[in-house]
Amino acid sequence: MISKDDIKNTAELSKLGITEEEAEDFMKDFSKILDYVDQLKTVDTDGVEPTYHVSSKIQPLREDIVKESMSREDVIQNAPEEQYGYFKLLRVMD
Amino acid sequence: MDIIKLSAIDMKEKLKNKEISSRDIVEAHIKRIDEVDEEVNAFITLTKEEALNTADEIDKKIKVGENLGLLAGIPIGIKDNIITYGTKTTCGSKMLENFIPPYESTVVERIKKEDGIILGKTNMDEFAMGSLMETSYFGSTKNPIDLERSPGGSSGGSAAAVKAEEVALSLGSDTGGSIRQPASYCGVVGIKPTYGLISRYGLVSVANSLDQIGISGRNVSDAALMLDAIAGHDIKDSTSMDMENINYLEGLNEDIKGMKIALPKEYFNIDMDNGIKDKVMEAVKVFETLGAEVEEVSLPNTNYALATYYVIATAEISSNLSRFDGVRYGYRAEGYETLDELYMKTRSEAFGKEVKSRIMAGTYFLSSEHAEEYYEKALRLRTLIKDDFDKAFEKYDIILSPTTPNLPFKLGEINNPFIMETSDIFTIPVNLAGICAMSIPCGYIEGLPVGMQIIGDRFKELDILRAGYAFEKHLSIGGER
Repeated sequence: MISKDDIKNTAELSKLGITEEEAEDFMKDFSKILDYVDQLKTVDTDGVEPTYHVSSKIQPLREDIVKESMSREDVIQNAPEEQYGYFKLLRVMD
Repeated sequence: MDIIKLSAIDMKEKLKNKEISSRDIVEAHIKRIDEVDEEVNAFITLTKEEALNTADEIDKKIKVGENLGLLAGIPIGIKDNIITYGTKTTCGSKMLENFIPPYESTVVERIKKEDGIILGKTNMDEFAMGSLMETSYFGSTKNPIDLERSPGGSSGGSAAAVKAEEVALSLGSDTGGSIRQPASYCGVVGIKPTYGLISRYGLVSVANSLDQIGISGRNVSDAALMLDAIAGHDIKDSTSMDMENINYLEGLNEDIKGMKIALPKEYFNIDMDNGIKDKVMEAVKVFETLGAEVEEVSLPNTNYALATYYVIATAEISSNLSRFDGVRYGYRAEGYETLDELYMKTRSEAFGKEVKSRIMAGTYFLSSEHAEEYYEKALRLRTLIKDDFDKAFEKYDIILSPTTPNLPFKLGEINNPFIMETSDIFTIPVNLAGICAMSIPCGYIEGLPVGMQIIGDRFKELDILRAGYAFEKHLSIGGER
């Protein structure tokens, strides 16, 4: 059984602020989902390797050649706030 | 001649033969969009002016006798989670409401190189999460067949735009059925290619081990043409496979004599809307008439696919969506005092409910206390599900099933989102196994379309296309005109 504290903790880890009501709603929905997902535990997977990725072939690597990349103006154009050509943010360290 | 009713291939042929100009084609489609899209709402952003300019360039090329690309003059819609340089790309979310990409996705680059004409960005469930077109920040898309019904999702705008003759072809993305289910609901052809056949560079990742860009079209030949234009290795996507190019359109062939077809018994045992199973079984008879050999097969781990998918997809979602933090692009909340508050307020205000709950579910499954019992377990189940298909494809060329167990729902009819996921029960295993599949119309029940899913092995798109082509030639419903 999942508790409301678990939900709040998960929201915190997800960097999502949720209200008491949202936490309550999510707890209800998610409990049902957990009940459903728990059926996976009944399957014997001893000796079965996990599949992180379906491709069996080795991924091709390219030569590391220096090329021109995006301009600073292009990179910064979608920034919510910028200053002196940098992303503007609160001071992170004191 | 009604230009919008032509197939994409016919539009191109008539353009080449100078029966119509590229401008004629674009203007006819813009007129159609102006007439119907206020209601259908298949598009988030239109690029009419750009499309007209491209059309004029193509007409100039024709005048001076320059070679034309594969997609010359064909009007195309692009799902709004595929990056378009200089054109807003929102992912159907408030988070990216004003995001204008400073680079181009590989698929769009290839479409432009082949003289395709992009008419706009199609509506989608927010960050491709949803199956009904009810989670988009920009409102629902309506099913052109019945405006009270859902066109399916998440690539609902792409399927609806093709069905409503607003474009001839469109691109979507498919993580668990997001191209095939809308194709089924809208009565069009939808292809989810093999993982790695098409570059994902510029596709906004949701669950990146499952995501694949694919195609909606009004018939198999049109879809094959688009596949020819966009498939193939891309140096910018290391998961795209470097292999010999196949010419899909030329490979289409009506003769499927001796093709070995499997029917998975677990799929046919699932509860379905009345009549869907019958329609698919009628289609199976058509394949037998055409000389294919049909047998029953078992995919024993089918029943675990939905739970496996839910854990893996949400886990990847929670990782991929952590990049939306209000710092470099996208929405930023106001009135925060700490960095943490900036992240939390931004994400809480700009993500919708469905997106938030999937992020939270994934975070839970990946958390240190639960990763082993859920995430790792699901990855092992994924191996079993993939092995089921590998075994079946040792003996069979294609697998047939319904695309979804339901006819299109009415918008607002479903209020339990988890029930909704079960409409993806036939499509999800294909993404887990990384193989290819197509949905093709196979009949109507009380005016609503039924889709049949044709599943093929890894990089065997030609098998499913040939089967679909032969079927469509024989039946001619909704598809080939």
